[in-house]
Amino acid sequence: MSFVPLILVWPLLGWLVNGLAGRRLSRTVSGLVACAAVGASFATAALALAAYVQASAAQAASAAEGASQTALSVIVPLFTWLGAGDLWVQASLQVDALSLTMALVVSGVGFLIHVYSIGYMAHDPNVSRYFAYLNLFIFAMLLLVMAGNLLVLFVGWELVGVCSYLLIGFWFARPAAAAAGRKAFVVNRIGDAAFLLGLFLLFTALGTLDISEIRHRVGELPDGLRLAAALLLFAGATGKSAQLPLHVWLPDAMEGPTPVSALIHAATMVTAGVFLVARLDTLFLSSPAALVVIATIGALTAFYAATVALRQHDLKRVLAYSTISQLGYMFVAMGAIAPAIGIFHLVTHAFFKALLFLSAGSVMHAMHDVIDVRRLGGLARTVRWTAAGFIIGGLALAGIPPFAGFFSKDLILEHAFALGMASGNYIPYALGLLTAFVTAVYITRAVALTFFGVPAEAGAHPHESPPVMLWPMALLAVLSVAGGALGAHAAGEPLLRFLAPLLGAVEVEGAAAPHPPAAILMGISVAVAFAGVLTGWIVHRNRRDPSLGAMGTLLEQRWYVDALYDRSIVAPGHATGRWMAGPVDLGVIDAAVNGVGRLFAALGAASRRLQTGYARQYALSVLIGAVLIVGYWILR
Amino acid sequence: MERYLLTITVFLPLLGGLIILLIPKGRDELMKWVAAAAAGLAFLVSLWLLGPFEMGSAGMQLQERYLWIPGIGINYHLGVDGLSLPLLIMTALLSLLSVVYSWRIEMRLKEYLFLFLLLETGTLGVFVALDFFLFFVFWEITLVPMYLLIGIWGGPRREYAAIKFFLYTLVGSLAMLLAIMLLYFNAEPRTFGILELIQQQPLARVPALAALAFWGFFLSFAIKVPMWPFHTWLPDAHVEAPTAGSVILAAVLLKMGTYGFVRISLPMLPETFKLFAFPIAILALIGIIYGALVAMAQTDLKKLVAYSSVNHMGYVMLGVSAAAAAVGVPEKAHAATIALNGAVFEMIAHGIITGALFLIVGVIYDYRAHTRGVAEFGGLGARLPLYTGVTMMAMLASLGLPGLMGFVAEFLIFVGSFGVFPELTALAVTGVIFSAAMFLWTIQRIFLGPLNPKWAELPDLDRREVISLAPLAALMLAFGVYPRPLLDMINVAMTSLVAVLR
Repeated sequence: MSFVPLILVWPLLGWLVNGLAGRRLSRTVSGLVACAAVGASFATAALALAAYVQASAAQAASAAEGASQTALSVIVPLFTWLGAGDLWVQASLQVDALSLTMALVVSGVGFLIHVYSIGYMAHDPNVSRYFAYLNLFIFAMLLLVMAGNLLVLFVGWELVGVCSYLLIGFWFARPAAAAAGRKAFVVNRIGDAAFLLGLFLLFTALGTLDISEIRHRVGELPDGLRLAAALLLFAGATGKSAQLPLHVWLPDAMEGPTPVSALIHAATMVTAGVFLVARLDTLFLSSPAALVVIATIGALTAFYAATVALRQHDLKRVLAYSTISQLGYMFVAMGAIAPAIGIFHLVTHAFFKALLFLSAGSVMHAMHDVIDVRRLGGLARTVRWTAAGFIIGGLALAGIPPFAGFFSKDLILEHAFALGMASGNYIPYALGLLTAFVTAVYITRAVALTFFGVPAEAGAHPHESPPVMLWPMALLAVLSVAGGALGAHAAGEPLLRFLAPLLGAVEVEGAAAPHPPAAILMGISVAVAFAGVLTGWIVHRNRRDPSLGAMGTLLEQRWYVDALYDRSIVAPGHATGRWMAGPVDLGVIDAAVNGVGRLFAALGAASRRLQTGYARQYALSVLIGAVLIVGYWILR
Repeated sequence: MERYLLTITVFLPLLGGLIILLIPKGRDELMKWVAAAAAGLAFLVSLWLLGPFEMGSAGMQLQERYLWIPGIGINYHLGVDGLSLPLLIMTALLSLLSVVYSWRIEMRLKEYLFLFLLLETGTLGVFVALDFFLFFVFWEITLVPMYLLIGIWGGPRREYAAIKFFLYTLVGSLAMLLAIMLLYFNAEPRTFGILELIQQQPLARVPALAALAFWGFFLSFAIKVPMWPFHTWLPDAHVEAPTAGSVILAAVLLKMGTYGFVRISLPMLPETFKLFAFPIAILALIGIIYGALVAMAQTDLKKLVAYSSVNHMGYVMLGVSAAAAAVGVPEKAHAATIALNGAVFEMIAHGIITGALFLIVGVIYDYRAHTRGVAEFGGLGARLPLYTGVTMMAMLASLGLPGLMGFVAEFLIFVGSFGVFPELTALAVTGVIFSAAMFLWTIQRIFLGPLNPKWAELPDLDRREVISLAPLAALMLAFGVYPRPLLDMINVAMTSLVAVLR
């Protein structure tokens, strides 16, 4: 598998070409280079998958007589990145079921979004800079998911963050975009600080940052330490994956170009936190208390964000809160000891949420950047393909069978219920079910207000997007319909079986895995989803949008969380800085320094008066001194 | 030839300075070229040192040692190891780039260039001197030219800033002199040799005198670093100093303090340092957080970068004090080694990054906008893409973005210190949040948003500015992506240092 590093090399080359020579390239060449780089990356990842499956089969055949079968994990060493004392960091890539799944999603969905971008960004003067950033992002994200070392993973983690920063603020002349980029980076840094601490803890305790070694040796850690490391890393995950309480950056991130929202802020980067938990599954699954925290935060976030999505007017913000909410589901799966299910939802969500965002982008394209649902309406008649794409994505999100989202979300709810049976904690399940209802309502509202009824503004002449934008949407639509087969029981659950040896092998103490009544639960899920769509349709048909009174205001204001942060953290932080710079630094510390200086100046001035220049006076001083010394010697 | 390489490196700039004094007035171009040649040759010779320098072996190399004043045990003794060689090369590089940057200086050019080259000789000498007398001479040599550079070529409050810088540092020097005397008079045989004194540990049996000597060195080094609360001379000096002076001040002079802690305090008075390591680590921690928060409140770009130095030098001191706390604890030796590696790497990283940042401030202040008020800019990104790119890169490097140099340093410091002071390190890690907030807010105010029409005509970087900045940007990236060449050199020296400390 020595060719595996090529998966990362292609987008890196694309970045170099567009970054260094971009200004000399024509817009078309820029776009083609970037697309080719990501396409090549996807093709290489597919070859790696084939090679991996083959090697896996060979391993299974040779170990057929042995009872235990471990997942094949191929480490491709690159070079020793740094070494100091006993800390040696080997830059290596890890090829296994999880990293291959992620790499295929990142490069595959990434490729489609690159192609779409050619059309979407066709009139932007800085298109080569755009594609350079986008290729760099793909490289960083692939580094993150394929890293064999936790520090290398962190490098990818930070690089995707900076790409996100650069792309959110791509149109930096807009103050809102500039502020949103900074907010995203700083909020993520809070999580990153926790991530780093978790990493230090693991290194100090285990003496290694090698991921597979950590996975196998977490049992050596004392319980408290393991819990602390798990919670710190999860805190890092809440930043990147926009979970409570660090979710506030993601809705603002919608200031970036819409394909960026689709790629980074829906399909790939924001799932890094979920990926991190799966990557270090043994650490998390062996800390029961951490699992409770993860499931609870996930469920609360899912519910919170879904309710907020009910009353957002910017279509992209609806989708942003929806993403936060769906990421919450993935964490519920992690907390319910079903990491493979969480990854399954990650994959289907990447398909349908990318589709939803690209459709929203197509709406903006059609309506000359109008994205406020109150100013849209009736678009199903004028931009049919876009409407079809959005509706398919919406049905998948709402969990209507047989769309992809249904299968993964249903499995998560099933495992959340099993968690309840095992531990008595039914909160994640209950919140998850409630969220499923709210989800169906808000996405139906978005569809009803955008695509049906009478257009709000008569003068607009919406035009359908060009094929270069519609084709990627069509492919994503197919995946949003058929993607459920990856984990559907009837289809043989290929993805789940692929991940099972790696992520399913963890023994959980005392868990005689209860078998929930799957059929009944599925029935409930379906009923709730349909009820949600129906409710949404009844309430919002003919583009009615009742304000929901005080509760509506609460939701529009995002439960006042952002305002609370501004008042209790941001403003006091700046005030503290100013206080330290003024009264403390100048008023106390510097004043003390200058005070000492003046003191010596004053002493000098005072002692100058002793130097009168009169010899008599000096003689007298000498005499007095001599007398005192002699007197001291005598009286001693 | 090889035997005299260090002497040649150190005194080439001074030689150039003396030649410049002989050049008749008015031949400005010639003077500049002589200065550039002297600084350039010094840099080349410093690079040449990498040839004979054996990467894998610890201990002093390329030593030169001659009797100087034998009666009282003073030698002319130079040498380099993995700690000093990177600092030496960095100093030579930044001095060269500063000379290139200073090309447009017109006022009293001859004196300016002479003082600048004298300053370079002093700073280079500090990093290679292995005899206290010589060390002290070089240490003091740096003081006078910097005082004059600030006082003559500085901004409106230059005299206040220059005097403050001079007196503050002089107080430190006197304290250091006292400490040196304590060591000298307690050594048997009496010597000013730094290596001999480390070997002898003359104050090991007299803790009270050892403490006195320690605090003597501490005061001197802590003022130079500067550690909180001895930092208030720094913003004043930086704001008033001419750009090249700021660069050398931040990149090189501050390192003399941290270098002193690693070269002298740690190996010479290990037990005493260990005793006081915790309170010193607390000061470092305060510096980290305080520096970032105060920087955030600054409206003057130069002051902002100055306070960010307080933050970064806090990281260095956290690493050094963690290593000190681990003295005599074998199971923490690895953590100490990592922390020291990080601290030394941060010295180089901060030199390159902050050196670049001060050049960057100079670019906008000296020849373009003539203001450093952060709030007065806005939207420059659209007008000056190259300048914006370099600035963003330097600021991202400074806030510790992986892939750039600052991250490697911070990471190693944190990992190492965490093994010794887990709680303090946990608090210190919050510094990465504040410095990110500070730099990104600065970027936003200067480069993003709508272009302030006042600056619609500003030109982007010219060729000489590119020549000054490009090497620094390249190094930030190169050592961020692949730190090994530098880190391996440092690691050998730090591993043997920790081994000496047991």
